[in-house]
Amino acid sequence: MLTPTTHAWSDDEALGGYLGRRGISRRDFIEFCGQMAAVLGLSSLAVPRIAEAMESLKRPSVIWLQLQECTGCVESVIRTSDPTIGDLVLDTISLDFIDTLMAAAGHNAEQALDNARKQNAGKYVLIVTGSVPTNENGIYTTIAGKTARSLLEETAKDAAAVIAVGACAHWGSVQAAKPNPTGAVGVSEIVRDKPVLNIAGCPPIADVITATVVHFLTFGRLPETDADGRPLFAYGNRIHDQCPRRAHYDAGQFVRTFDDAGAREGYCLYEVGCKGPATFSPCPIFMWNSHTDFPIGAGHPCIGCTERHFWDTMTPFYQRLPDVAGVGVERTADILGAALAVGAAAGVAAHAAATGIYQIRSRRAGSGAEQPPAGTGLEE
Amino acid sequence: MAKTKVVIDPITRIEGHLRIEAQAENGKVANAWASATQFRGIEIVLQGRDPRDAWAFAQRICGVCTVVHAVASCRAVEDALDIRIPPNANTIRNLVHGMQFVQDHVIHFYHLHALDWVDVTSALKADPAQTARIAASISPWPNNSPTYFREVQNRVKTFVGSGQLGIFSNGYWGHPAYKLPPEVNLLAVAHYLEALDWQRDVIRLHTIFGGKNPHPNFLVGGMASAINLEGTATINAAKLTEIKDMIARAQRFVEQVYWPDLVAIAGYYKEWASVGGGTGNYLAVGEFPETDIRDLGSLYLPRGIVLDKDLSKVVPYDHHGVTESIHSSWYDYDKGADATLHPWDGETKPHYTGPQPPWQYLQDETKYTWMKAPRYNGKSMEVGPLARMLVAYASGHQDVRAIVGDTLKALNVGPAALFSTLGRTAARGMETVLLARRMSVWFDDLVARIKAGDVSTFTKTKWEPSSWPKTSRGYGALDAPRGALGHWVEINDGRISRYQCVVPTTWNASPRDAGGQPGPYEAALTDNHPLANPEQPLEILRTVHSFDPCIACGVHVLDAEGDMVTEVRVQ
Repeated sequence: MLTPTTHAWSDDEALGGYLGRRGISRRDFIEFCGQMAAVLGLSSLAVPRIAEAMESLKRPSVIWLQLQECTGCVESVIRTSDPTIGDLVLDTISLDFIDTLMAAAGHNAEQALDNARKQNAGKYVLIVTGSVPTNENGIYTTIAGKTARSLLEETAKDAAAVIAVGACAHWGSVQAAKPNPTGAVGVSEIVRDKPVLNIAGCPPIADVITATVVHFLTFGRLPETDADGRPLFAYGNRIHDQCPRRAHYDAGQFVRTFDDAGAREGYCLYEVGCKGPATFSPCPIFMWNSHTDFPIGAGHPCIGCTERHFWDTMTPFYQRLPDVAGVGVERTADILGAALAVGAAAGVAAHAAATGIYQIRSRRAGSGAEQPPAGTGLEE
Repeated sequence: MAKTKVVIDPITRIEGHLRIEAQAENGKVANAWASATQFRGIEIVLQGRDPRDAWAFAQRICGVCTVVHAVASCRAVEDALDIRIPPNANTIRNLVHGMQFVQDHVIHFYHLHALDWVDVTSALKADPAQTARIAASISPWPNNSPTYFREVQNRVKTFVGSGQLGIFSNGYWGHPAYKLPPEVNLLAVAHYLEALDWQRDVIRLHTIFGGKNPHPNFLVGGMASAINLEGTATINAAKLTEIKDMIARAQRFVEQVYWPDLVAIAGYYKEWASVGGGTGNYLAVGEFPETDIRDLGSLYLPRGIVLDKDLSKVVPYDHHGVTESIHSSWYDYDKGADATLHPWDGETKPHYTGPQPPWQYLQDETKYTWMKAPRYNGKSMEVGPLARMLVAYASGHQDVRAIVGDTLKALNVGPAALFSTLGRTAARGMETVLLARRMSVWFDDLVARIKAGDVSTFTKTKWEPSSWPKTSRGYGALDAPRGALGHWVEINDGRISRYQCVVPTTWNASPRDAGGQPGPYEAALTDNHPLANPEQPLEILRTVHSFDPCIACGVHVLDAEGDMVTEVRVQ
């Protein structure tokens, strides 16, 4: 129902009127409501109520908090192509607070946030980018004199869903790298009373961010996740298993130094430090920037930015991962897990063990991140 | 006359968390304080790391100017280790950085700055046919039809009619300082939406050379994207054609949409050419080396300093003249709060002494920001597009002289108009036009070299740490979209032992130093600066946004002497 469209639709306009503009008459609309009543096993007396409920649908409110961050995740989302950012903001959602793009400033901006929270209590989607500094009472990031932590806590309280976008909101990212001078943590360390969905990456691919929001709006629940809270539809597979250069890995054809003969043939980047074998991310599938390319495709090794603590566990970036047996895609998962657990630096090993494919698969059933349809008014 | 305390926090439509506090008196801004309210400590995190990894960490300082810290970091490390990158890598970096400028400046104009001048709600009253006539009179852009503008207007009407204003909620709509006729407002709103689609397309140049955007990949010693015309996974003729077309689309949009819009809108706001000048000192480290970064004569935009608005001479820049003060900043120095340190001796020791949150005002505090105060030979310096255009103009740069002259003529104003809020916004447009054009020259250079058989993109001789000196230090200079940037690195036994960055916004948003000298934002806000209604400080947003801040948060209004404070809630 809320599939993005290039036709603007607002709650002020009756849905019937909106459908009319798209070639559907009021009569067709009432008929449709009658069919829905029948499908749901309700009497025809329910038809006016269904019509009324549908007509009162609003564009769902989205509040976007930017905490301790670099704004790269907002920049990423404005590169989204399906839907475009214009369609998303004008037609699909009501983006009621977003520091980087909103017209209002100062008190008016605070007021906009306050209004959105109160008017849509229990219904709004909260998107968070940036981490929360916890050292010294949180004074390392304040907005309007409040700490990032207090702002997050009061905004998360009445959210229908909390989506942490990007490595900072996920686990703290670069400012949480050793020695983590500000005590930066991810959203799920602060918001404990409801599930937090993590869109991993530094930054994440725009289309993964928007697809997740659209998933929630269309199906009334957040997508299934792995144990790290990352949606499986995007983070269910390793880069190494989807990589267009994988055949070169299997054939033992490697780039040994940048710009060597192998690099000019597009060989595998494993030897110059590629972290694709230890990284769960949809880069080779979704690709970046309207499906243009992705880091390995452009000749640079993956730095593992969708994985927790990658600034410490994946560095030095140009040092190759511990030996991975040269085997085919099916056998790689378990052998890789074993190889890493034995031979790797502690961080990488722990990480790799925690993200092995077998564990991912077994997690699907019992995932704790399944959401009951939240009260967006859309679940019907 | 009592002064009124004004606070704007958050300052929105910027990167990061910025707060502006001011005092209003008799319709003017009497005093101003800029406070950055976020600290992340990336310089501390960099210590002990492999210098070849530093670009990736430093890049995460900013996801808006996502190229600049990475390249400055590579240059600093390459300077320390005496690595010379191949000409192709230099050209590819110029193309990537050039597109960063062009894309970022257009986004700044439409999505961060325009709403200070353009009243979205007024666009609903426009006659689309008249908008089309105005558009056709200033540009051959093909979307200049009445049908097109009517469609945009209907879309906005439906949106506004919904009562859910989303990102346009609570703007200062209807403020008397908005002066555009409805038809020009509609033109700008239409291009606000078009620019969103355009930026997504042209930035793909970063994806081809760097794999993604934001945060494309770089490489100490060159670039990782290998060139092989016969390869399927390398820079080949197909990719070069895509790049050429993106450059052409970037140029067309800049020349047919952005620049004509900017000049048209500026024509309605000429009084802003005598507001918001500020320090009068302008510093550019220069950018776009067309041979090698060590060859300063090859910089397309030159390096230098203009002092006291004097365009008759350019003072040479030497990075040893840069120091940082923490007098008003939440840091400690070993030698005390009034010491000033060159970045090679720089220290980053956060020490918060402000009030515990939640707090109301910072302007009564000696220390009030996370921003240090960089100074050049003790002077506060403005950096950014205006500084670059002024330094180039004073240096006799032909392209810059031509476009500055044409613009002043078109707006019928004199050279003094440049030293202002409007001058800052116009300078950003001028350099976008010039750089979009120049990208074609760089592209042709790249193609010519490939044609001549040079496909090298990486210098491997000093890649291995065994080839490095035991101790070294380097300086990486880069002029970023927001201004002069410097990275200073010290490497010991293959590891980073010290890392300091002096960022454009550190110059521009700097606080008062030990001598009481205000930073450029603070100086601009008190330079003949109007503030008609302290509760709706639209004028302050105009000047702060004209600098294109790269931090994020707000503004306050207060009484000067601290007594009889009239506290105003900024609307």
